[in-house]
Amino acid sequence: MNPIREEKIAFFFLFLSTLLVVIPVGLIILIIIKNGLTAISWEFLTDVPRAGMRQGGIFPAIVGTIYLVLGAIIFALPLGVFSAIYLNEYSKKNILSRLIRLAIINLAGVPSVVYGLFGLSLFVIFFKFGTSIISGSLTLGIMILPLIITSTQEALQTVPKEFREVSLSLGLTKWQTIRRVVLPSALPGIITGAILGIARAAGETAPLLFTVAAFYLPHLPKSIFDQAMALPYHLYVISTQIPNIGENIRYGTALVLLTLVLGINLFAIILRIRLRHKKRW
Amino acid sequence: MVKDNEVKIKVKNLNVWFKDIFALKDINLDIYKNEILGIIGPANSGKTTFLRTLNRLNELADGFHIEGSVYLDNKDIYAKDIDVNELRRKIGMVFALPVVLPFSVLENVIYGIKERIKNKKKILELAEEALKQAYLWEEVKDRLYDSAYNLSGGQQQRLCIARTLALEPEVILFDEPCSGLDPISTFKIEEAMVRLKNNYTIILVTNNTKQASRVADRTAFFLMGQLIEVDTTAKIFTASKDKRTEDYITGRFG
Repeated sequence: MNPIREEKIAFFFLFLSTLLVVIPVGLIILIIIKNGLTAISWEFLTDVPRAGMRQGGIFPAIVGTIYLVLGAIIFALPLGVFSAIYLNEYSKKNILSRLIRLAIINLAGVPSVVYGLFGLSLFVIFFKFGTSIISGSLTLGIMILPLIITSTQEALQTVPKEFREVSLSLGLTKWQTIRRVVLPSALPGIITGAILGIARAAGETAPLLFTVAAFYLPHLPKSIFDQAMALPYHLYVISTQIPNIGENIRYGTALVLLTLVLGINLFAIILRIRLRHKKRW
Repeated sequence: MVKDNEVKIKVKNLNVWFKDIFALKDINLDIYKNEILGIIGPANSGKTTFLRTLNRLNELADGFHIEGSVYLDNKDIYAKDIDVNELRRKIGMVFALPVVLPFSVLENVIYGIKERIKNKKKILELAEEALKQAYLWEEVKDRLYDSAYNLSGGQQQRLCIARTLALEPEVILFDEPCSGLDPISTFKIEEAMVRLKNNYTIILVTNNTKQASRVADRTAFFLMGQLIEVDTTAKIFTASKDKRTEDYITGRFG
């Protein structure tokens, strides 16, 4: 076949594939905005649900999600970054460390509902935290831990080996080297991983089912041992359990959730670009 | 030439392996105080490995194994009670390609001393002195707070030299310091090295035999992990004892 024609055909199919990826994303956003925008109002964002959740707002769910996500990241970020540093900078490359790496990769593939059950048995029942923000946060934290470890490891691996060698050759210890050169250089990647972890935690429903989520709680949680509402679970509840609810309330809730997650992702992208610029001075 | 043959580093029966690769074979070599020892040899002859054995940087590599001993001022640097970080401050190193760290010019110079010397004025004095010794002060004194990445390649390499000098080391290892530089930058660095030998002991690994003949007091020829011969540079370049040395210098192989 004529190579130029071949090229054109290949290009057409590659373009088509790309288009097919973009279309669903665009449609999802479009449909949710179209159906949900009418529900968005100041009252919707700041009021508690009323009339069996058919009226009022979703404020407690927004606050609950923020609490849960903050708790998850406070727990998972240091733990994940520290273990990534250990695995990447300190551990010897032997069977044990390879097993640990394999375990982390597999942990990332565990279905989120399994994390929910794990959280129920460990935090809710064994540690007696009950269904509470802390149980939910820890469960979400464990769920995003592999994501944070993997992204931190990748970020550490992009730091040139020469930086470490030069630093050590100047008489600094390994830990000084990590603190002063390696971590600052890896920071953009670490932060990106953290924020993607936040986005993932904000959108999950299954880990919250048995660990924290309140079906209906028309006030804000008072402590980390309180139950809380959460956006994804609230969306699940109003979509499946509440008959005769306004379509726009469902889509409005979805719109808020989507905006939150996409907003966090956008923030991650901007932060990474800005830190990259700063890194190169 | 070396006046008093005071031995600074003594290498005795040194053998080095990386996993099953036999990298250095029974090296015996004395390095004198205040000399420039040039090390020449083709690629993979063990020159850089030898250099990195002297500041214990080889330990970072997988499967590193060493036999024999290296003495600095009659102290075995591989002994258990040696503080390796202190050793690396005594034996500074300049790498083949300039590795500037992602900081300002000043932060690069004081990188190795910042944490040990708390007196800010003393740090700045040391930095200025180091930059002067590396012949960089005049060029960067007005841009100390600029990114080090904005310097030219030759300036970056002199910055790396200054960073090592700020440690106030006793020995400086140069690992092909001019391999990526133009002739003028090379000249400046060679000039710096020659003046530095009054205060330091210098070991210069180079792929450029002419560079060794220009700056080294003595020259050692490495081939396939072995030290073939070491003598005054004049003798190595005009009347070497070993045929292989002559072949390499005259360009018949390597």
